[in-house]
Amino acid sequence: MTTHSPSSTRFGTVIRPDVPPKIAGEFEYSNDVRIPGMLFGATKRSPHAHARLVAIDTSKALAMSGVHRVFTHEDVPEGRLLGHITHDQPVFVLDVARHEGEPVAFVVADSQERAWQALEAIDVSWQPLEPVTTIEDALTKDPIHPQGTLIRELLIERGDDAVGEVVVTGTWETGRQDQLFLAPESAVAYPSADGGVTLILATQDLHTDQQQLCAVLNLPPEKVHLINSGIGGAFGGREDITLQAHLAIAALALGKPVKTTYRRSESFLAHPKRHPAFMRYRLGAKSDGTFVSLEVSIDLDGGPYASTSGPVLGSACYFSAGPYRIPRVRVHGRAVRTNNPVSGAMRGFGAVQACFGIESTIDLLASKLGIDPVEIRRRNVLVEGDPFPTSGQRFEDQTDLRELIDRCMALELPSSPATLDLDLPGGTGRTLMGSAVSRGEGFALGVKNHLYGEGVPETSWAKLTREGNTIIVESSASECGQGIQGVLDRIVRTEFPECEVRFAVPSTWMQYSGSSSASRQSWMSGSAVLGAAQKLKSQTSSGDEPESAEFEYRAPATYRGDPTNGTGDIHVSYMFVAHRARVEVDTELGLIRVAAISTAQDVGRVINATEIRGQILGGIAQGVGFAINEHLDTPSGLAANNSLTDYLVPTAADMPLVVIDVLEQPDPRNPLGIKGVGEPSAVSSTAAIANAIRQATGKPITRVPVRPSDIALAN
Amino acid sequence: MSSVRLRLDGSPVELEAASSTSLLRALRDAGHTKAQGACEQGECGSCLVRIDGVVQNSCLVPATICEDANVETVASLLNQDLADAFARHGAVQCGFCTPGFVVAAEAALASAESLTYDTVRERLAGNICRCTGYHGIIEAVLEVSQRRREANQ
Repeated sequence: MTTHSPSSTRFGTVIRPDVPPKIAGEFEYSNDVRIPGMLFGATKRSPHAHARLVAIDTSKALAMSGVHRVFTHEDVPEGRLLGHITHDQPVFVLDVARHEGEPVAFVVADSQERAWQALEAIDVSWQPLEPVTTIEDALTKDPIHPQGTLIRELLIERGDDAVGEVVVTGTWETGRQDQLFLAPESAVAYPSADGGVTLILATQDLHTDQQQLCAVLNLPPEKVHLINSGIGGAFGGREDITLQAHLAIAALALGKPVKTTYRRSESFLAHPKRHPAFMRYRLGAKSDGTFVSLEVSIDLDGGPYASTSGPVLGSACYFSAGPYRIPRVRVHGRAVRTNNPVSGAMRGFGAVQACFGIESTIDLLASKLGIDPVEIRRRNVLVEGDPFPTSGQRFEDQTDLRELIDRCMALELPSSPATLDLDLPGGTGRTLMGSAVSRGEGFALGVKNHLYGEGVPETSWAKLTREGNTIIVESSASECGQGIQGVLDRIVRTEFPECEVRFAVPSTWMQYSGSSSASRQSWMSGSAVLGAAQKLKSQTSSGDEPESAEFEYRAPATYRGDPTNGTGDIHVSYMFVAHRARVEVDTELGLIRVAAISTAQDVGRVINATEIRGQILGGIAQGVGFAINEHLDTPSGLAANNSLTDYLVPTAADMPLVVIDVLEQPDPRNPLGIKGVGEPSAVSSTAAIANAIRQATGKPITRVPVRPSDIALAN
Repeated sequence: MSSVRLRLDGSPVELEAASSTSLLRALRDAGHTKAQGACEQGECGSCLVRIDGVVQNSCLVPATICEDANVETVASLLNQDLADAFARHGAVQCGFCTPGFVVAAEAALASAESLTYDTVRERLAGNICRCTGYHGIIEAVLEVSQRRREANQ
């Protein structure tokens, strides 16, 4: 079971406004939306990882009763591309399909069933091309995209030429994790009277979607509107355009509402996933364990389109040295185009992969020197005034990392006797020799920035309107389930204890609050709502008339790294977390059970203790999945396990016992002292589990998820 | 397409279904959205309903065999004590899985067995939640189990 000990809070623990209707089954998700007279769409996708489009024959589909239209690249003027940072992704395959599942046509029919049937009647001729599926091939063969093979390359270099007396090296690899938000992509688009279009959808970032749609439709923002419906989870997987452009094009052309809902098998192929990473580490130290130098190379498999590969690479590189004092650091990172599925944002955003790299390498060093792995970290963590190891940015007003480690280690790892088959490695139905079970413990420290960083300007807007005893909150921040509306609700209630708080439906009629990503919304939109609340309070009430106050909060500035060595004030601030894991491994069969995890996390300031605990537990569940199960396997670029039968995520039976402690060291850079809490739990839980498996088995454990063969067949 | 008449949460409804249409799809196409679908192959439990007293994944049940059936969703199976416990324990984030968990949890609570931490985990292992890490859900069910037992003594 869990324990939770937030030291103090003036906010109390309350129930989020969205939770009661969700429990009653009355909450409307985007797939629940129905508009009278709506039609249904389905997406024809490339069956090839890499193929030249020869011809599309839609005649048989169009001859089917109930089929209205089939849209292809011919319905999108050339040159109009998607992508929220780099515009490089066609709405429909133009000449070459670059990954399996890339949309080639969108058929609209009277029913969803009919639309799916019509897909089979669309004949597409392909000329298959050799897929580029490895980093090595990508770097040596012809580019698969006109914008070249490298999406981004980053070099970071700090310090002198020292190496250290003792050197360890490691090669580490991570899998392709799907966000697996539970509600598959679904949305409805309908034409508006002014010649524009409106979408009811589920997105992490309304305004970025709007910008991309405006570019594709060639319409001004006032004619393209997006309304967020209920969002069934996101975790980074709803940052990119999937069905939005197809629906908008269809609704505008047909003059009718059009809806589509993806099936799970296509959802796996449609949204970008966590980047597979290939990392080489070389860590040098003095014989007493003091870190001296670190050399890292990180290659990320970006898939064929950029998505957020650029900033993900930045995050992987800047956090590749962890939160440690290392005088000499050299990092070389590349994000590379391949014909594998597109990679993009997922909870932890590059820092997860880097954490596995540095934390595994530190364990190798500790083992070589005969120093306790927790102690070697304790000796080397950053302290006030140190330069951050990669960026060189001054480490100030940050978490006391020794306290964080000590608080995590002070928690007793719970043990439970295996009373169920479930609690044996491999779970129910697996054969197992009790004598072959080996236990191990591992520790890892995680660090990631909250807010965007690298010079991206960052604001959030909010408006409060008081009508009698009710405050209406307008914020375009997406409530994906993480609880941002609960946080904003708390902040407003604290300023206006006598008032009821209601939320207007987030839409692009409101101003920009930015993406629900990068663990940023509590800080950004929390500060915006606080600013609006204080402004509203300071206005003298004129009586019965509704009164409003708006506020735009601007985050402290950050900068792009120096072009020659990558250093600079890259981030606003950081989040820190420690994880300790105990695993039980059947060494003969290579089966693993994660038995228990303890964790300490600096949450800055507790706004809603229940929800913080929920973020910590939920991130650990995803970390457990990434450590031992979750990988979308794509031999020759084609997904082999894009279903919930074959892609295994942890269930209640797989979830370890967890004990939690939270530190509250308020961040002075925002008015509430808030720190992001969404990502850290996913950053280092995987690395701690991998370290535990290595300790339990004595095997190298060079990749996650760890496969049975990595244990049972490894030397 | 044929027409299927059944009782949904106590009210008579008529659904349109082909022989291949699942109960889940027939319900949702007719605008009854209490059961969700996330995998459509019986792996995630978000479509759980009770059909004539038996808890089933409605994505795996053909609608056409449900003629005259009594189908119950979260709307008729949820008790207030479980709703309160789910809210207080942080059992809900995005909430998409919640109606399915409610159906599974009420079935576990209605069974004769005395629930423990381990048996709750086992009884809920057919449902996937991607947000909460399950502890809040397990604790909520255990608490309700305890209170209902006390109330019955």
